[in-house]
Order: sequence, then structure tokens, then C-alpha cells
Amino acid sequence: MSRIAARFAQLKAEGRGALMPFLEAYDPDPATSMALLRGLPGAGADLIEIGVPFTDPMADGPTVQRAGQRALKAGGSLAGALAMVRDFRREDDETPVVLMGYLNPILSYGVESFCTEAADSGVDGLIVVDMPPEEADELAGPAREQGLDLIRLVAPTTHDERLPKVLEGTSGFIYYVAITGITGTRSATQEALAAAIPRLRRYTDLPIAIGFGVRTPQQAAEAVQVADGAVVASALIETLAASLDEKGRARPDTLRKVLDQVRGLAEAVRGARVSA
Amino acid sequence: MNQPLPNSLRQGPDGRGRFGQFGGRYVAETLMPVIQEVEQAYNAARQDPAFMTEWRRLLKDYVGRPSPLWLCERLTEHLGGAKVYFKREELNHTGAHKINAVLGQILLARRMGKPRIIAETGAGQHGVATATACALFGLKCIVYMGATDVERQQPNVFRMKLLGAEVIPVTSGAGTLKDAMNEAMRDWVANVSDTYYCIGTVAGPAPFPQMVRDFQCVIGEETKQQILAAEGRLPDALVCAVGGGSSAMGLFHPFLDDAEVQIIGVEAAGRGMETGEHAAAIGGGRPGVLHGNKTYLLQNGDGQIQEAHSISAGLDYPGIGPEHSWLHEIGRVQYVAVTDQEALEAFQLCSRLEGIIPALESAHGLAYVMKLAPTMAKDKIIVLNLSGRGDKDIFTVAKHLGESL
Repeated sequence: MSRIAARFAQLKAEGRGALMPFLEAYDPDPATSMALLRGLPGAGADLIEIGVPFTDPMADGPTVQRAGQRALKAGGSLAGALAMVRDFRREDDETPVVLMGYLNPILSYGVESFCTEAADSGVDGLIVVDMPPEEADELAGPAREQGLDLIRLVAPTTHDERLPKVLEGTSGFIYYVAITGITGTRSATQEALAAAIPRLRRYTDLPIAIGFGVRTPQQAAEAVQVADGAVVASALIETLAASLDEKGRARPDTLRKVLDQVRGLAEAVRGARVSA
Repeated sequence: MNQPLPNSLRQGPDGRGRFGQFGGRYVAETLMPVIQEVEQAYNAARQDPAFMTEWRRLLKDYVGRPSPLWLCERLTEHLGGAKVYFKREELNHTGAHKINAVLGQILLARRMGKPRIIAETGAGQHGVATATACALFGLKCIVYMGATDVERQQPNVFRMKLLGAEVIPVTSGAGTLKDAMNEAMRDWVANVSDTYYCIGTVAGPAPFPQMVRDFQCVIGEETKQQILAAEGRLPDALVCAVGGGSSAMGLFHPFLDDAEVQIIGVEAAGRGMETGEHAAAIGGGRPGVLHGNKTYLLQNGDGQIQEAHSISAGLDYPGIGPEHSWLHEIGRVQYVAVTDQEALEAFQLCSRLEGIIPALESAHGLAYVMKLAPTMAKDKIIVLNLSGRGDKDIFTVAKHLGESL
């Protein structure tokens, strides 16, 4: 069983949803980013998403854009993200790690060698924002061969006729984009989510995580009341960004501030009653 | 309309929106449904005689088409070789070829019931054309423009405002066309239900490269008729500057199956190819994925997109339309590059010899004609797409010539 499937099975047995914090690899520097990654499981992360910096993150709002720019300035790359996962796996062989990013760095790396090295490094799944199912064949084969889950995004605009196509070939979990918009901007209402998630369940047995606009402990708790997981990204990056000094460098309390916020989110997620 | 031949080079894209390996639809899932909606609406519209008649009427009575094909006698004499003709797209209403495809797209947006139009712009020509068409049809218009370009293309920024458009300066990245396109895509993701994204070039997710090409093909179709009337034969060479490549594709496409016509796209070599500060995606890039399509891109070894550089804001883009990438790979079109300096010289020569102040974009094409014509016999014919007029560029050029206005 893959780490992702094992983790969701375990959480289901515990009767609770997953907290999936996001961090941008190399933001604001490799050491801080690595320390943050190492600290996440202890702070209550059930799965971890690592953003791969890209110059042109078209689906991301200003917060993630700036995180990417800081990361690139610090030397961030796809190879760097893989190296972080490899280091992380020396200490943690259970927490699933998903890489989230854009297609071009993967194409540039070479699809085959990327998939091989990602699997060797201990990556469990891939979310490629600008790769809809229609364009997935290039990556899907090599990813499957290496046992990497290809996690698809489903949006509010993904209508019923389209859903089966999007879900076909998806594994690991479904990432539900809660709003029509970019990251870090708006939040979906609880009513909208309560309508959207059951619609997806009619088409899939895979776990469903909600992302885009999940910012507060309360929102994370609400997300796992209707779905199986909550992704929190921009809210954590804002905390990290606010903690940096005027030159954009980490301060001694940067790590603690972000991890404290993760703890608060984890507590809310664990305290939420799973209704389904 | 020309009927495609069985082995025609004009049949692309395929059902997946691809030209060979290039093109496609690399966008976030949120946008996929609306992009498919655009494709279906376009496929219906292009087969609807009423739609095409309305577009043709606008081209004739509002834009002023057909644009003339002008024999440049003084330039020809100066260069001492092939006869040089200009396809005078700069005489179109709004001063460039952009309006051809904008009107088609705005008619499509109306047909789709989308009241809000967004666009990206580099030099401002596409922004002005979009603002113009939105004014004509009473649609809300938002134009994303890199902050650097807002600075260097002030006259066009003011034109857009006069036309009732909202111009939003984009400060991310280098603040040029690439960043404007990112921001327009982000707007579209957030406003898919009521918004149409009027893309200005033959790039972006399918069906945009095809649709913009189809509308711009009016340039090449007219050129073909006009040169046959003037010379009784097809030209020996076609030349056009290429940024995203809409003016070039519009001229080239109707001639792709005419094997005797040599076709040359001119990229911006900026400060020189050897300096790395250029905008030549084919000359100095490699295939990748950006802005919804797979195509040649300027990128580093990690697949990060690199900033382009060109004196011409309209060419200052690290990619190129996917069909150009394909035409390059199959060898049908030859892609060359000229520097900022060469374009500046062509800009001045054209002004003095022909009384036409060309856009800096078009001046890149002309700079190559200045190299090519003298190598050809006097009975040969070159057609240059003079895609835009240079009024918007006089401040940039004055600065480079050390004059203050």
C-alpha cells in the first residue's frame, strides 16, 4: 500500500480528516525550508505538500508567487525539492509527501528521470497544476511505473460530464479546488463545500482534500467535516513571510511561528467531528 | 477560402489542438471547461455565414480593409536588389494588424454572452485594439500590461483609457508581456463565468493559436490577390517580425503550400544573441510549456522561464506561437533574428525613404529585408508585413537616439 493510501486508511480508522500543510521548497532559504519540513509531522501534519518554485505560477495568488520568487532567489529548483524529500525520508518513512508545481520544470528535468528520482527520493504523489487530463499522457505512464500517485485537481467549474474524464487515472486522493480563482484570495462557503463534495463522491471512492481558501483552524475543521483532508498554504506562507527581516531572511522565531500555526490547525482538524 | 490540399501544411491543429508536438491545452482545471466552451463556440461561429459576414463588414467599413500592398520604389532602389512591397497593416484602424483578430473574438464573446473582456498587451497595440472593439460594442474592458511596458508605451496607455478601458499595471516578474499574460490568466480563472479572454497572439491554449491565426489570415489572403494583380505571380519571399507571431502567421499561412515562396520570420535579437539578452525563442530557446501551450521558450537549465529582452515591447516575450515552433521544426519557415540596433536603423530608413514610420516590431522585419533584398536579383519580389505604425515608439526611439521630446 502506498504511503498516501495507508495514511488515509489510518485516519479513516481514527475517524478523522487529514491536515495537509504546504510549504514552498527553499522559501526563504534551503535550511529554514528543510527545518520546516522536518518539523511538520511533529506539529500535526498528516500529509505534506511541497511547492516546487516556478517563475510563472499562473494559478497562484501574490502570496505563493512571492514565496516562489524568494525560493528561486535562494536557488530553489525541482532538483532541490527532490533533495529535500530525500533528506526528510531519512527520518520519516510514513508521512506522505506530495510535490505540487507546474509542468515545465518537470519537462526540463526529463519526465522519465524525474519520475524515477522522485520515487527514489521518497515522493508519493504529484500535483501538476497546468496539466489537465487531456495533456497528462506524457507524465502519467512514467509516474504510474514508479508508483507515484497522479493527483488531479477538480474545480467548481468541472461539470458532471467532465468529471469522469478528470477522475480517470487519478490516484492517491482528489484535490478539490474550493473556489474559482487563484490561491490565497477567497474562501468557499461551508454551504458551497457541503454541496460540492457529495457531488464528487458520486464519482469516486478516493479520499477528497479541499484546498484554495482554507486559512483558519475553523475553516480547516469545516473542510474535514465534509471532506477527507484540508490543504493550508497561503495562510502559512503569510506567517512565514511576515516573520522575515527587512532583507527577507528568516528570523530565529520564523520556524516556531509557522509550526505553532500548524499545531493550531491540527488541533482543529483533530477536534472536528467527521460526519460521513 | 482556399481548400486545403490532401498534403497541405494548413490543416493543423489536430483534435488535441496540436501542431506536431506543439500547442495543446496546458491550463488549470478551472479553465478547461471555459476553454472547451470557447472552442465549441468558435467552431460554430466560423461555419455561420452571418457571423463571418458581420466580421467582414467590420473589417471593411470599420477597419478600412483591404489594406494596400505598396511597392516601395525608393527603398527598392536604395537596397539595389529584389523589389520590396509592404503589406500596409499599419493603415488599419488602431494602427496595427491586431484589430483583425480582436473584432472576430469580440463578436465571439458577444455570441457566448460574456459581457466582460480581458486582454494582455505588450506594446499596447492589442490593448488598444481590444479597448476599441469593446467601446464599439459597449463591453467592459480590462487590459493587463506589464509595469515596464506601461512606462515605455505611455501614449497607448492613455489611448486605452480614453477608449474606456481599465489598464492594470502588472509588477510581477520584469513587468512585461509574459507577466501581463500570467495576470490575465489569473483574472480569467477567477471570473470564468462572465469573462472572455481576448488573447492577442497565436499562442495560449487551443483554440486560441488557431482562432487568432484564422482571423489574421485575412492579411495573407489579401496579399496573395494583390500581388497576383500587381505582378501576375507569387512573391519570392515573405518576411515578418515574430514575437508571439500573429502578424507573421497571418501573412505566412495562406502561402504555406506555395513551395516556391520562401518564408522568413524575424525574431528579436535584442542586444545580440551572444549576450543572452534577446527575445528569440526559436533562435535561443528550447521546447517547454508556458501560458497554456507547448512551444519554444527561453528557459534556464531548471526549466525556469527567462526574461526576454527587446527594444520592441511587442516582441519582448520569451515564447512564440506553437504553430511557428512546428513550422520551424519541419523547416517550412526560416527563423532569423535582428538586433535592437538593426531595427532602429531600419526604423529610420523606412521613415526617410518611404515616408512611413513603422512600429519597432515591423522594423525588425524590415531590418532583415535590408539584408536579404540586396542578395536577390532585381526581378525577385519580397513582401514585408508592415504590421504596425510607429507613432507609439517615437519616445523609445528618441531616447535611443539621444533626443528628448
